[in-house]
Amino acid sequence: MKIDHSQPLEYSTDQNQLNILGFWIFLGAEIMLFATLFTAYFTLAGRTGSGPTPADMFEITPVLIETFVLLTSSFTIGLGIHAMRLGRKNAMLAFFGITLLLGLGFLGVEIYEFMHYYHIGATYQTSAFTSALMTTLGTHGAHVTLGLFWGTFIIIQVIKRGLTPQNANKAFIFSLYWHFLDVVWIFIFSFVYLKGMM
Amino acid sequence: MEFFQRFAIPHPSPAIYASMVAIALVSIGIVVGLTYFKKWGYLWREWLTTVDHKKIGIMYLLSAILMLFRGGADAIMMRAQLATPEAKLLDAQHYNEIFTTHGVVMIIFMAMPFIFAFMNLIVPLQIGARDVAFPRLNALSFWLFFFGAMLFNISFVVGGSPDAGWTSYFPLAGNDFSTSVGTNYYMIAIQISGIGSLMTGINMITTILKMRAPGMKLMQMPMFTWSAFIANVIIVFAFPVLTVALIMGTTDRLFGTNFFTTGNGGMDMLWANFFWVWGHPEVYILILPAFGLYSEIISTFSSRNLYGYKSMVASMVIISLLSFLVWTHHFFTMGQGALTNSIFSITTMAISVPTGVKIFNWLFTMWKGKIRFTVPMLYSIGFIPLFVIGGVTGVMLAMSAADYQYHNTMFLVAHFHNAIIPGVVFAMLAGLTYYWPKFFGFMLNEKIGKSTFWLLSIGFVLAFFPMYITGLDGQARRMYTYSEATGFGPLNMVSFFGAGLMALGFVTIVWNIYYSFKNSPRDIGSDPWDARSLEWATHTPVPVYNFARMPQVNSSEAFWDSKKKGHQLFKGEYQEIHMPNNSGVPFVMSAIFFVAGFSFVFALWVPAVIALIGIFICMGLRSFELDHGYHIHVEEIEETEKKLGGAK
Amino acid sequence: MKRKWSLLASLTALVVFLTGCEPLLVLDPKGPQAARQASDIMLSIYIMAGIVIVVMAILVYVLWKYRASKLPADYEPPHVEGNIWVEAICVGIPVIIVAVLSFVSVKSNYIVESTPQGYEDQEPLVVYASSSDWKWHFSYPEQGIETVNYLYIPADRPIEFKLYSFGSITSFWIPQLGGQKYAMADMVTTLHLAADAPGEFVGRNANFSGKGFAENTFNVTAMTQADFDEWVEEVHETADPITEDEFETLLEPGHLGQMTFTGTHLDFSPAPEHNHHSEEDSSEHDQHETHETHEETDHAHH
Repeated sequence: MKIDHSQPLEYSTDQNQLNILGFWIFLGAEIMLFATLFTAYFTLAGRTGSGPTPADMFEITPVLIETFVLLTSSFTIGLGIHAMRLGRKNAMLAFFGITLLLGLGFLGVEIYEFMHYYHIGATYQTSAFTSALMTTLGTHGAHVTLGLFWGTFIIIQVIKRGLTPQNANKAFIFSLYWHFLDVVWIFIFSFVYLKGMM
Repeated sequence: MEFFQRFAIPHPSPAIYASMVAIALVSIGIVVGLTYFKKWGYLWREWLTTVDHKKIGIMYLLSAILMLFRGGADAIMMRAQLATPEAKLLDAQHYNEIFTTHGVVMIIFMAMPFIFAFMNLIVPLQIGARDVAFPRLNALSFWLFFFGAMLFNISFVVGGSPDAGWTSYFPLAGNDFSTSVGTNYYMIAIQISGIGSLMTGINMITTILKMRAPGMKLMQMPMFTWSAFIANVIIVFAFPVLTVALIMGTTDRLFGTNFFTTGNGGMDMLWANFFWVWGHPEVYILILPAFGLYSEIISTFSSRNLYGYKSMVASMVIISLLSFLVWTHHFFTMGQGALTNSIFSITTMAISVPTGVKIFNWLFTMWKGKIRFTVPMLYSIGFIPLFVIGGVTGVMLAMSAADYQYHNTMFLVAHFHNAIIPGVVFAMLAGLTYYWPKFFGFMLNEKIGKSTFWLLSIGFVLAFFPMYITGLDGQARRMYTYSEATGFGPLNMVSFFGAGLMALGFVTIVWNIYYSFKNSPRDIGSDPWDARSLEWATHTPVPVYNFARMPQVNSSEAFWDSKKKGHQLFKGEYQEIHMPNNSGVPFVMSAIFFVAGFSFVFALWVPAVIALIGIFICMGLRSFELDHGYHIHVEEIEETEKKLGGAK
Repeated sequence: MKRKWSLLASLTALVVFLTGCEPLLVLDPKGPQAARQASDIMLSIYIMAGIVIVVMAILVYVLWKYRASKLPADYEPPHVEGNIWVEAICVGIPVIIVAVLSFVSVKSNYIVESTPQGYEDQEPLVVYASSSDWKWHFSYPEQGIETVNYLYIPADRPIEFKLYSFGSITSFWIPQLGGQKYAMADMVTTLHLAADAPGEFVGRNANFSGKGFAENTFNVTAMTQADFDEWVEEVHETADPITEDEFETLLEPGHLGQMTFTGTHLDFSPAPEHNHHSEEDSSEHDQHETHETHEETDHAHH
């Protein structure tokens, strides 16, 4: 494995560069995935059948908490990558740990939110609107859940094997993924929740 | 008892029982044969765990040919049923299942693996790379496709086939109107192989962007690589739309959501829109690599460089953009109003301009050339007039007011077969004949190949041209029968005859492979066609590392330059080559996907959850795995090169 | 070359075969919309045949002139990158053809989507055509009549079909009167047709809708306005009124013969028109309301 020391660690081998480019292309596909979900949501948002409307369902407090927690986690993972580039392994691990805890917090609030919807009689089956809403939120939530596992695996590997080019590459790609989920959430926050509550 | 009833075939017929027996016998035969000849280890080591793009390509190729015959059997049954008025060969339900599986198998499980086969076989060689960017992911793509195809095909004998058309429009495909598990198979099998396609897309784009031989600029890539690149970009942007649509269709059927239902706000038109937002680009995913193959073949057998390289690339880029802007033309009759129809009518017709440019460029490539009428070239020559007819009828269909008369008729059926068979299928057969010697070390017989071509071309004309006429006479598509008074009988009989000729043609391909395997000479050298691009610069058969030394490139026809202008392709000493390790994880993981898919089809939640956990464990294992690959040493390379007949 | 000839021969054989038969339905229009569509189709066939012939001629010439067997063994084909003028022509001519066809197509779009030309001054007859597995229900709100699987219309008068479905998407198609349009469960689409003269036509659902799709047809009879009025009178005298229960049984999947009722199912099971929001549709909606007031005055007469 040839290591090019003029590059940051995560770009330092040929395979690492391929991985990062490939992941960017994957994110392009993810953008299409969420764009399609948003299209479905906007098309069906007004079609509530006999079920509740967006204004009946949404509450601002949990949504604000979710947004705050996720935005913060995007910041901390940025710090984590910065620490990684400086070669400060422990700082990086700490920031990754905080990121994952924040992610877990986000997920907790989201589960609470879904239970609330269930209690007011808005389930997956109620109407086209609730189906589209919960599929969109659920897809994002499933991505976060997967990210929690993935991030944990990376932390374990960095502890066990140190800051190798492979691990740095994985951590960096994970940070791209995490930022992407944050961007998707900003769209959800603005165009699903805020628009729905207006 | 009710539990087991779901697995039974809702509409059994002798044909289905016969195929059950046939499937069982073939499976037993394979198992016994492998055991008797002690080939299990060979199969596992050399094929099931391989990450070599060439072997993966060959497996795609075999699967595609297998599926071609599966879809072809459906086609023959349909034509036989329609050959005479009020025929009783098939009942309505059986006919519906057959045209549904014919469409799905031919598009998703025949044409897609065929183009993936050529992308895998050719692209790394054409750009002078040792493998694709992510060899392990490549194996996973193949096995996901393979198990998706298997899942779809067992619908035939377990639980019943999908019966709502390959477009599966809701609400017809919903629980209310499609009560068997057939459409569950459709949703989940296509989903599984679709994930594989998406990953191939990512893999190929990365490979082409990052792994080209030293000196090869983007505008010096061979045309097939360009076409593969653009097709994969379309895959990455189109397939997620299908993924979402299939998720929605699946949850509608399994979990009672209301995306496409008729009550609670559901919207059936949303499915049609999503389906075609994927479905129309899908057509270009298939046809662009076919255009790429034709470009290589026409240039080789005219002994000339490809005319208008830049405009060829530009036209493909324009086609790929337009392909996302025309989906509404699949349902002009949905009542969007004159304005929307006019816009989509114009965008659709606009596609004919870049396509026309390509046709003229091929003609100008032959101009002043030295045309050799080999089998691949015959397909390419037959392609031009036949595809032009398919193309111009496409322009006719694009005129939305007139489309109100063509829509849902045999005219439409004639059109898209007229575009896909000469466009895609001929290209695949041309490519198969052209590249066969590179990967198997012997040529296919030209004489048998030529009779195949004539059988297919004449059969095609007889099978599909009459449909233009019956379509204009009011024969709707997807009718399992018609009365004698309609007068459709004689022309449908002609179609059946043509379909029979085509079937004969496809059988001669298998005969040709067998005959040539027995009789063709093996000392053909590495460049039997006097070709022009890099894939012919390495040995035949291709060594596992493709190129012992990286080729040096400074034009789009580096190999031709090395033959005619003294360009030196390979410079320097041999160096150690790094190669990826084989892995059984892609195969195992895809097999678990199959179990998960099957469980979802029948709503068996316990095995479904266990299988999903299994998939995540495979992903976790991959995360923790340290796989540095292995190295081929210089002495070993020298030895291989000597054995293959001289250093390259 | 052999193939070219066999191609040509089979094509001519087909044409000869066809001219022996009666004209193709779509190319034998009996109303203004179908006539417009047929003339578009013929125009495009001529232009497209021209393109195909030109491409084939170039191909045959090139193959004949540059085949390796007739060229000297030492002939080396030249290296040519391309020529901007040649390629400009290859783009320019198709662009002109597409522009011409686009112009025709857009014009036709607006024509087939409005009241048939030549009939603008007449009050259209509104017929609700709804499909269920695998039947067509025709409701005449103005006349207070409903039929199953057959359609009587006055000739020489515009007809405005309001299409919707009790289930899968279907497509309402009377080839000789004009092209088809979808009938769907959650919206009403409008199709404008007219018959120039009395006559009988076939109609069918053109969009695949399951097991009974092939037989999902109906008969259309166009007659003079006087005959039509007479038929309406007769129905009111002889037919039974349609009831909600009876209509429910009609909706069950299966095939039915021709049936006739007084009254329409629209009274107890209205068409799904509530989902119309676009501007074009709302004006139609207004129009529809005027029809309904009309209907009430009609009822007052009876």
